[in-house]
Amino acid sequence: MSTAVVDAPAHAGRRTNPFAWVQQSLTLAWRNIVRIRQNPEALADVTFQPIIFLVLFLFVFGGAIAQGGTWHDYLPYLLPGLLVQTVVFSTMGTGVALNDDFAKGVFDRFRSLPIARIAPLVGAVLGDAVRYSLSIVILMGTGFALGFRFGNGVGNGLLALVIVLLFALSMCWIWVWLGLTLKTAQGVQGVAFLVMFPLTFGSNVFVQTSTLPGFLQAFVNVNPVKYLVDTMRALMLGGDLQKPLLITFAWMIGLVAVFAPLAIRAYRRRT
Amino acid sequence: MTTTNQVAIEAVGLVKKYGSTTALAGVDLSVPTGTVLGVLGPNGAGKTTAVRILGTLLRPDSGHATVGGYDVVREAGRVREIIGLTGQYASVDEDMSGRRNLIMIGRLLGHSRERSRAKADHLLERFELTDAGDRIAKTYSGGMRRRLDLAASLVGDPSILYLDEPTTGLDPHARNGVWETIRNLVLDGTTVLLTTQYLEEADALADSIMVFDKGRVVASGRPAELKAQAGKQSLDVSPAEPAHLERVAAIVAESVGVRPTVDVVNARVSAPVTDGTSMPVVVRRLDEEGIAVTELALRLPSLDEVFLALTGHTAEEKKYDAVLEGAGR
Repeated sequence: MSTAVVDAPAHAGRRTNPFAWVQQSLTLAWRNIVRIRQNPEALADVTFQPIIFLVLFLFVFGGAIAQGGTWHDYLPYLLPGLLVQTVVFSTMGTGVALNDDFAKGVFDRFRSLPIARIAPLVGAVLGDAVRYSLSIVILMGTGFALGFRFGNGVGNGLLALVIVLLFALSMCWIWVWLGLTLKTAQGVQGVAFLVMFPLTFGSNVFVQTSTLPGFLQAFVNVNPVKYLVDTMRALMLGGDLQKPLLITFAWMIGLVAVFAPLAIRAYRRRT
Repeated sequence: MTTTNQVAIEAVGLVKKYGSTTALAGVDLSVPTGTVLGVLGPNGAGKTTAVRILGTLLRPDSGHATVGGYDVVREAGRVREIIGLTGQYASVDEDMSGRRNLIMIGRLLGHSRERSRAKADHLLERFELTDAGDRIAKTYSGGMRRRLDLAASLVGDPSILYLDEPTTGLDPHARNGVWETIRNLVLDGTTVLLTTQYLEEADALADSIMVFDKGRVVASGRPAELKAQAGKQSLDVSPAEPAHLERVAAIVAESVGVRPTVDVVNARVSAPVTDGTSMPVVVRRLDEEGIAVTELALRLPSLDEVFLALTGHTAEEKKYDAVLEGAGR
């Protein structure tokens, strides 16, 4: 065996591929998927929770909200909204899991390896796309079982699911950033609930904006969740699409533009 | 055993502060290629901070360091290509199998799927983890976990290896296994920087030892030199009746003129002495009082006593604090 200094160039020659970070991110996404398979109970928030939420809101509030109708009449209104709420909620799991990884020292291992700085973050986000997809499939499956149908064509309905997934992938950068900034996983969860409840309940997920008092309407009208819900309803049931879709895309770009750089900076600084 | 004059790790004036706490207060160190440096000290002495700086996980507030000739801040990427890091901080993924952990690291390093698998199999075999390779790491025993940690840090065939407290919390059998592995790595020419709270461990593995205390290097040298530096012998007396322990301690104190340490568990009184002249005095006093002893010996100091002499406190007494610090992290 030769000395350290002589060894170095051989190792250095390994990194000639400018797209190495893509492969590294995919490897780390694979890690997250393997972890899900080994730890299925950690999926409760994206499996049982959507079902319970749908059933609860549908049967508890359905009769009251549908004004003379039954839960059957409420389902088409509720499901697109609840889809947004479910997916938006599941994004916070990304931050909690990242914080946990840091606490356990796994990320220090990654940071000591000669890999791209962004790879562990992109890997975490891509891996979680699987979780988000799962929550979408389960919620929609339950909805279909209860009688929901895409009223505006299957193609548009599926497009809606893709858009909500993309929104989740944009929004989760907030939680990546907070997951790296806050000290504990509980802290991340605490902040997440504080943000998520006003954002999802203070919207048109459950009721029409026109039924809300003025100050709340003002909030709902700047809430990105409202525009995403409007997009979902337009694609799944019909209605005006252009305005909510444009605003939704603008929010997605804005969220990534602001929070991805913040997250990367926090990752670099974290000690 | 390539002991050349080349320096694998060199640090000058490393300082790191966390708020008002000074973790490192100006540390210099130098590790020749192919040797083992043992960094010894209680928790909170700055050992881990030093390893994290040398492992590119932390930037020093001032001072600089080179590893394999590369600057740890400006050429961190190069440094990462030649180092392996194992310890309380850089660990494996508990929710994946040992084999998958190793394959993942191979893939991250840009190796092909086949090569990553082959390397994982090879390392599992080398660390006697083949049978447990497909179990998730959470189910491993402490010793198996450390071996997997070590294996994970070796996937990239590093020429410089940092081991941060590699045997803390292991039983003696598992500890011996880790020691054996480290010795074999050194035989292959790997440079090792090892931190430990165990003086015995530094003594057993290291070519040279640095003693850290409160972010400073308080002593350094070869194990034998450190013992000589403390320059004292130790007088040990064990009474046959544990009830006589206090009485014996008083006699030793009067005879030697230094307050002895009393080891209640082993029923032993020890006091540092410069020579053997106080021994007959102690024997006579014990005889006068009619106290029978099972041991009466003059011996070279242990590294524990060296540590006490160098830092003014034992490594042991801070362990309780260490547990509390760990819990608050």
